[in-house]
Amino acid sequence: MDRLIKVLFFALLVKPVVLLLLGLNVRGRNNLPKKGPAIVIANHNSHLDTLVLLSLFPLSMIHKVRPVAAADYFLGNGGFLAWVALKCIGIIPLDRSGGADREVLFSGCTQALSEGDILVLFPEGSRGKPEQLSRLKKGVYYLIKERADIPVVPTMLHGLGRALPKGEALLVPFNCDVVIGENLTERDTAAGFMNSATASFQRLSEYCITLSSNDSADDKTV
Amino acid sequence: MFNIPLHSFYLIVLVGVLLVSGSLISYRLQQRHPDKDYTELRQRVQSWWMMIGILFAALLFNQTLAVAFFGLISFLALKEFLSIVPTRQNDRRVIFWAYLAIPLQYYWVGTGWYGMFIIFIPIYIFLLLPIRMVLLGDTRGFIHSAGILHWATMLTVYCISHIAYLLMLPVQNEAAGYIGPVLFLLFMTQFNDVCQYIWGKMLGRHKIIPKVSPNKTWEGFIGGVVSITLISGLIGPLLTPLLWWESLIAGVLISVSGFFGDVVISSVKRDLRIKDTGSLIPGHGGILDRMDSLMFTAPLFFHFLFYSHY
Repeated sequence: MDRLIKVLFFALLVKPVVLLLLGLNVRGRNNLPKKGPAIVIANHNSHLDTLVLLSLFPLSMIHKVRPVAAADYFLGNGGFLAWVALKCIGIIPLDRSGGADREVLFSGCTQALSEGDILVLFPEGSRGKPEQLSRLKKGVYYLIKERADIPVVPTMLHGLGRALPKGEALLVPFNCDVVIGENLTERDTAAGFMNSATASFQRLSEYCITLSSNDSADDKTV
Repeated sequence: MFNIPLHSFYLIVLVGVLLVSGSLISYRLQQRHPDKDYTELRQRVQSWWMMIGILFAALLFNQTLAVAFFGLISFLALKEFLSIVPTRQNDRRVIFWAYLAIPLQYYWVGTGWYGMFIIFIPIYIFLLLPIRMVLLGDTRGFIHSAGILHWATMLTVYCISHIAYLLMLPVQNEAAGYIGPVLFLLFMTQFNDVCQYIWGKMLGRHKIIPKVSPNKTWEGFIGGVVSITLISGLIGPLLTPLLWWESLIAGVLISVSGFFGDVVISSVKRDLRIKDTGSLIPGHGGILDRMDSLMFTAPLFFHFLFYSHY
């Protein structure tokens, strides 16, 4: 039943909106994991990020793709938002309050991975300023530390922070870049892994063709 | 619904023949040189089939759907343009109003209100966008944004809507029907790109504007103008109300302005240091890469036809 709701939600609402109102310039689509367990990490500027990333997957496997999202934000007040988050999108809630220890905190994620799901994670933690990359958090490393078999695919999103930025309700159509990179294999230390992820995001952003004034044409070639 | 006027039917058949030969050539090339990668050529031809299929379906169904179809093209083109040029984060609220100009502009077209169609964007939208910008109160980069937004709206909404208005002109050439002039404009513009490319490949020596487009040559340009003028003189009287000598002039107009439309969008891409404006059409790039010449040929051809026959 939940699978049906999610498939319908993406087939009838998300995919048409992404196709017509947004429009994606996708590069490196072949790098997208074809089956789980796998992790997709992306930069985070807009609520659209999750929907766009999930819309890249075929409907036949969309129920296996699970975004990890803040429990306080999406489930805090219950009601409609919580219903959409759990039933339509199928999030794995993550407690951001910082009380629980890691094992409990990530239990939802490790369980989903062991069931062969594809996790979508935003290591910046929250949406931040439009089109700027904040410091990446190390949580992802904890998940893959002892699992060299799980690919981690970095994905650079650009333009969605203009279409629907944080704190705005008005969606304005813009084309957006989705640049999918290769599996991150540098996993010896947490710092090494995070550095390779940051470097990868920077490399991927050079393939973006949409621009806003935050990133002038000069920055692009650096 | 589908009783196609004879001359327009002939052109549709001709386009079908060209498409089939395109597919055959692309297939043959791959067979003969299995070591080379012809993916882009194959994608290009496949996309031509898609584009022409959708276009003919929309044109032949009825006038209203055809007008709405060009409205959709305007939307996709405006979106693509505003996505690649730098704008301020604040401008998104102004851009929202620029999008609203599209349904209105095509409503004027669909109801045949010529007076409103012709001034709506150059006057009302031209004044409205800076007013909305002033209300936002951000003066840094004001001139830059106002310029970009108006240029984008003119190119992608105003210019492209002229194609749609061709559909609304009273039919004078019964053998071509309301789709005749549109088919003529679209065919001549796209075929002009092809002719200039082929002449350039065969004879190209002297570069015409090396700083913008290193592949464009005088030989390609002149070859294109001559071929298109002659072909236009032949098929213009069949598809439009134009006489043979008027069709020759229309051919020169389309060929020369098509060239400039192409290089203007090339300059935009050079300025932004990107190769394609998007990835909507596999093998071609974005929608602006395909509409570049048309944005220049459509208003010029429209007004030539309108002045000489309406």
